[in-house]
Amino acid sequence: MSDSKKYFIARICSLLKLPANSLSANENEISAFLPLHELPLIVKRLCQMEEARCVFIGATDDRKNSKSFGLQYLFSIDKESLLILLRSKVPDHSLKFPSIAVQVAAAAAFEQEIWEFFGITPEGHPNLKNLLLHEDWPSETFPLRKDFDPHQKIKRVEKKSSNFLQVTGEGVFEIPVGPVHAGIIEPGHFRFSVAGEPVIHLEIQLGFTHKGIEKLAEGKTVLEAAALAERISGDASFAHSMAFCQAVEKIAKVTVPKKAQVLRVIFSEMERLYNHLGDIAGIATDVGFSFGAAQMLRLRELILQKNDRFTGHRLLRGVNIPGGVLCDLTAEIKNELRSFLNLLLDQYAPVEHLYFETDSLMDRIEGTGIVLEKVVRDLTGVGPVARASNVKIDLRQDFPYADYPNLKFEVAFRKEGDVAARMLVKMAEFKEAVSIIFQALDHLTDEPLVVNIQSLPEGSALGWAESARGEIFHWLRIGRDGKVERLKIKSPSFSNWRILPWAVQGNIVPDFPLINKSFNLSYSGNDR
Amino acid sequence: MFEIIKINLKTGRATIPIQAKNKEEFSVVGNELKNKIKQLLGGRSLHIRQIDAGSCNGCELEISALSNPIYDIERFGIHFVASPRHADVLLVTGPITRQMEPALIKTYEATPEPRIVIATGDCAINCGVYANSYAVSGPLNTIIPVDVNIPGCPPSPTAILQALLSILDRLPKK
Ligand code: SF4
Repeated sequence: MSDSKKYFIARICSLLKLPANSLSANENEISAFLPLHELPLIVKRLCQMEEARCVFIGATDDRKNSKSFGLQYLFSIDKESLLILLRSKVPDHSLKFPSIAVQVAAAAAFEQEIWEFFGITPEGHPNLKNLLLHEDWPSETFPLRKDFDPHQKIKRVEKKSSNFLQVTGEGVFEIPVGPVHAGIIEPGHFRFSVAGEPVIHLEIQLGFTHKGIEKLAEGKTVLEAAALAERISGDASFAHSMAFCQAVEKIAKVTVPKKAQVLRVIFSEMERLYNHLGDIAGIATDVGFSFGAAQMLRLRELILQKNDRFTGHRLLRGVNIPGGVLCDLTAEIKNELRSFLNLLLDQYAPVEHLYFETDSLMDRIEGTGIVLEKVVRDLTGVGPVARASNVKIDLRQDFPYADYPNLKFEVAFRKEGDVAARMLVKMAEFKEAVSIIFQALDHLTDEPLVVNIQSLPEGSALGWAESARGEIFHWLRIGRDGKVERLKIKSPSFSNWRILPWAVQGNIVPDFPLINKSFNLSYSGNDR
Repeated sequence: MFEIIKINLKTGRATIPIQAKNKEEFSVVGNELKNKIKQLLGGRSLHIRQIDAGSCNGCELEISALSNPIYDIERFGIHFVASPRHADVLLVTGPITRQMEPALIKTYEATPEPRIVIATGDCAINCGVYANSYAVSGPLNTIIPVDVNIPGCPPSPTAILQALLSILDRLPKK
């Protein structure tokens, strides 16, 4: 560890009133307990003076053991590769905690979620309303409390008044869209307030695909929960399962064999490849450039077919398990993969070139849907959306896991923040991903694929992975019985959905599909 | 541009050919389907409305793959439409979350008879890994009548096409 980092960590530790050496074994996580009343000030200092970024806020129902609810605040100081987990307690007779949403805008949605699912109130929250549960949800029914039966049927109550912010004024009208959309996409409800063509304000209601995954995971074995983790968001099956498995492995204190780590890199980059091609194609589709889209979609399908051939599943499900992976690449397959990647690059390059030459495409996407860097920082956007607005964060580089520390790659980023920038970032990442797979293939050794996890001790840990959409965090707590006691899932879409309305503002309604496509958010990942 | 044309010429047709020997193959199924659609609908194409009732988006991914140049489902006379009012078939995915149930029922009611309902993916059939959740009202057949099930998590594009074939017998002849 460098001296400057040591000094930095000493400073953080003194801010948190910790002994100077309280860094956990893997050297990038600090954890501290703070009484509730000290939280706001310390958080403010962390965010304003140390450039900490609020990754998520979670809660636990510990009333049985300690007559209180637990809170977990995860912050990341990206430039120093440091994660800070602050823990606190809300006594069960007060059911209140101080909101930090006024200082830290990104905290607002997490606090709403805690209020909605645990029934503890963030005092001073500027905009406390339902986030995922709809208006016909009965009051005083909090799904993540331990005394809530996960299998019950919830009755529908009479709808409360609608939650939407309304814009009024001469010539302003509202366009409602969804939840069932025109295309083959997931459900969500949008309300555009427009005056003429430009959008003044966009309200988004999600939660339609809420399946109670966090609750369902409770009481399950880690193997059962791993199957759930793969089904949080279908096109990020591998990334979610990787984040989950890494959390389990940390609790079990096992090191996954090198070979499995390399394979995990290969498969997660394959996932990135097909996702990015799909997104790049989607942009072309939405501007009516179907020739380009068809070319990209053809290549994408080839990748899905290779996934199927190598692992038996097009979306790479059933490949990852806690302790390693279940699927090896034989020498023959390795060669096949190499020549496939060469073919992919060869055929991709001219299509990319064609994109740049097509004015009807580039004119539509340049300057459209601009996201300011400040918006990304305040709302802690992640993934290509952040990187296209000059916020260079990537877990593969900042908090490397699996075999990433041994690989060379550039993190692509742009400054413009428009639809074009997001597409260009994905194009660059596509090529980097191919290069990463090539390198990783050379790192494959003859080792076992899995380490056995005999029994799981009580404890909690964080697991993470950079999916095609951005960072995924899983905070897992295992109970005394070796089963899941709590699983907090932070999907990349959860942050990026809050940014979309800012990207749309001032743009014309017909550009909305295009801007939305350039974000390509997961509804299911957000709603869980 | 010429680069791509060169590659395309070298690659040949990406789309799976219509005449193929193997019974399992996509194109055989597709071809049969095309003939049936012609016979039954008198030259009209089959219109499908897809509804995501809380899926993980894996099923959507495979349904959209049907339209890529390799499967190119439109050549068999199958068309995805934007409105339920234009649909012959509803292709429903997901475990039917409590919060999508009302929208699903409204969409079903907006579809003209005879509306054929296909439960697509394990979730729609039996709620899959999300079974017994407080947030789930499904499976689909407890909410609206289902004509065909397509198992799989997610079902492959070929499996979806095969299921479409099997429902054609239920459409009234024109
Ligand atoms: S069947 Fe599988 S792929 Fe389809 S929605 Fe359910 S979990 Fe996702």
